[in-house]
Amino acid sequence: MTRLAVPKTYKLYIGGAFPRSESGRTYEIVSAKGAFLANASKASRKDARDAVVAARGAFGGWSGATAYNRGQVLYRVAEILEGRRAQFVAEIVDAEGVSTAVATAQVDAAIDRWVWYAGWADKYAQVAGNANPVAGPYFNISVPEPTGVVAIIAPQDSSLLGLVSAVAPALVAGNTVVVVASERLPLSAISLSEVLATSDVPKGVVNVLTGSPAEIAPWLASHQDVNALDLVGAGALDWVDLQIAAADTLKRVLTPENGSDAAAPTLGRITAFVETKTVWHTKGLI
Amino acid sequence: MSFLEYAPAPESQAILNLRSEYGLFIDGEFREGHGTPFASISPATEKHLTTISTADGADVDAAVAAARRAYDRTWSRMSGADRGKYLFRIARLVQERSRELAVAESLDNGKPIKESRDVDVPLVAAWFFYYAGWADKLDHAGLGANPASLGVAAQVIPWNFPLLMLAWKIAPALAAGNTVVLKPAETTSLTALLFAEIVQQADLPPGVVNIITGAGATGVALVGHDDVDAVAFTGSTPVGRAIAKSVAGTHKKVTLELGGKAANIVFDDAPIDQAIEGIVNGIFFNQGHVCCAGSRLLVQESIHDEVVDRLKSRLSTLRLGDPLDKNTDIGAINSSAQLDRIRALSDIGEAEGAERWTAECTIPENGFWFAPTIFTNVSTSHRIAQEEVFGPVLSVLTFRTPAEAIAKANNTPFGLSAGIWSDKGSRILAVADKLRAGVIWANTFNRFDPASPFGGYKESGYGREGGRHGIASYLKTAAPAAALEPTRKSVTKGAAK
Repeated sequence: MTRLAVPKTYKLYIGGAFPRSESGRTYEIVSAKGAFLANASKASRKDARDAVVAARGAFGGWSGATAYNRGQVLYRVAEILEGRRAQFVAEIVDAEGVSTAVATAQVDAAIDRWVWYAGWADKYAQVAGNANPVAGPYFNISVPEPTGVVAIIAPQDSSLLGLVSAVAPALVAGNTVVVVASERLPLSAISLSEVLATSDVPKGVVNVLTGSPAEIAPWLASHQDVNALDLVGAGALDWVDLQIAAADTLKRVLTPENGSDAAAPTLGRITAFVETKTVWHTKGLI
Repeated sequence: MSFLEYAPAPESQAILNLRSEYGLFIDGEFREGHGTPFASISPATEKHLTTISTADGADVDAAVAAARRAYDRTWSRMSGADRGKYLFRIARLVQERSRELAVAESLDNGKPIKESRDVDVPLVAAWFFYYAGWADKLDHAGLGANPASLGVAAQVIPWNFPLLMLAWKIAPALAAGNTVVLKPAETTSLTALLFAEIVQQADLPPGVVNIITGAGATGVALVGHDDVDAVAFTGSTPVGRAIAKSVAGTHKKVTLELGGKAANIVFDDAPIDQAIEGIVNGIFFNQGHVCCAGSRLLVQESIHDEVVDRLKSRLSTLRLGDPLDKNTDIGAINSSAQLDRIRALSDIGEAEGAERWTAECTIPENGFWFAPTIFTNVSTSHRIAQEEVFGPVLSVLTFRTPAEAIAKANNTPFGLSAGIWSDKGSRILAVADKLRAGVIWANTFNRFDPASPFGGYKESGYGREGGRHGIASYLKTAAPAAALEPTRKSVTKGAAK
């Protein structure tokens, strides 16, 4: 007799907790073959706003942590991911209908990418910042700092790698994130949330919403307390309207990318969401 | 006769030979614009200076086409070393003509000659000199090997530092290999047109620099032009917002340098003499027409009365009047429209309950003037503590703890600049870390240098001007840096499934 499985309830990830959508709505997630997989939460405007509040609340601590500490916490995420490879591979095989080898390759790439970004945490400022030789008695230095709360529309055709490719670089500098997962392939995003929740990432640093990007994205794009918008996975949406809405508060915006190398790993994805702060220290007052 | 009454010491205007009218500078030549010409006046006297062309849509097309041709045929193919040599030439020509440029700037803008002579114009030359050297060193700009120029840059600049803002825009753009179409502000086109003559003297290839004049509509047409690859704007946050909307969905790379409401934080252990001078420089430099002006003074409560008393006595010694007089500290407000705005916001400040103090000084009969003004008893919610006045108006607030100072300083949608005054180094470093602003001055204020990046957080805009970061604003990486990751050497601890 085969054992009866215990299926998981997939919920949102907001402020370190796993709430259902306050709207009570869910939508059906099916496998590539059309079989029922889960009822995912369908996040509402209120959920998006709650997520922004959580992300803002977490910003001071995460951006204020030492770069070494952030690097270790992010590396820890990769460690926990590695331990759950089998779970992610199985989820991707079901959801995307790909072979185990293809799914494994995606999970491995996601883990390795996470490690690559974790290593940048205590280095990127050395590359993106510098001392400035001004013509006067001043010690003048430019350093990059995180922009703030970054809202991300994750790549829509990838369960895990696309999500990781967009979320990890935003975290490196100390930003906090509200990410809208792939609408069709959201289950790995919630499983990743479980990894984040158990790997020393402070609550609120990453908030994961599942549901309709078309419905949620406008609220994030126009939100007064969101500082930046990564539209990498918004290619199928009316993303120009989102960019226009984002201009009301002069949000920093990354535009959609398509194809398999969307959100390819670059230092530029880290520096896209940093601000350069230049401080002039007077040398003369002695 | 008090010690403040000096004999006039006006700078001679003889060095300046203004033409009676100026055309647009397109493809290396001056030509008449198709729009309705407008008069340029001196804000200190309201006297007519010259008549200036307005560029209409066809003129904008012609300017962008000239820039495109110059980009395709000449500038993008030229070696970086040669581009640099042209920029060095320009730097030297600015130095050679510096007195003339300073006189023109003070006449047209209303700023004191001692500022245009000692700050604006020397920095213009420095900016070209600095970026000239970058032109053949772009591999070291931080974007990897062989970074590419963008193409044609549309640049729109404000009236507060007309020639300096031109230099901030044109020098890095050309060094990076772009060609430009620049529109100066309607009220301060003069020095940009003199700069066009310098471009001719430098024998820059036609079309590399194009200068078109006109009002807001000309700027809108330029920024919105389809054949423009980069947009750089310095000005108000509302216009910056409109530009950000208009470029949505395009490939245009944008730098926005917008408004500010800087906090100037004075701790009780500050070197008080220097702090008073710094506060005055922070808000009354250039009549307060400075986006990074220290318009919100945050004083630790225990020294509030002393600081305010000393400020008032210092402001009483400032001389307001003829911008061309070498003794003048406070020049003219740039336009009657700006004067109206300063008056309106000051009246609102009073109506909202803040206490107004204005330095006693004689206001000239003609021209646009506003005496240095301080508001005390200001709350964070007052409009004079939230909105950019862009005039010689200082709002004074108090704090008790560093945490309160930081919270109040950051309580604004802007994030351009801030000042910290304290003798304690560790406190300066800690507070500087917490301020959400792009430029922070510790025990100084309003310092600018071509080597130093300038630009804001939040609604003060994005992108940086100055320094290595400033050249990066006009470049793109050669190709996406793929293959940065190692390929996985299968350290699989148990295969999946």
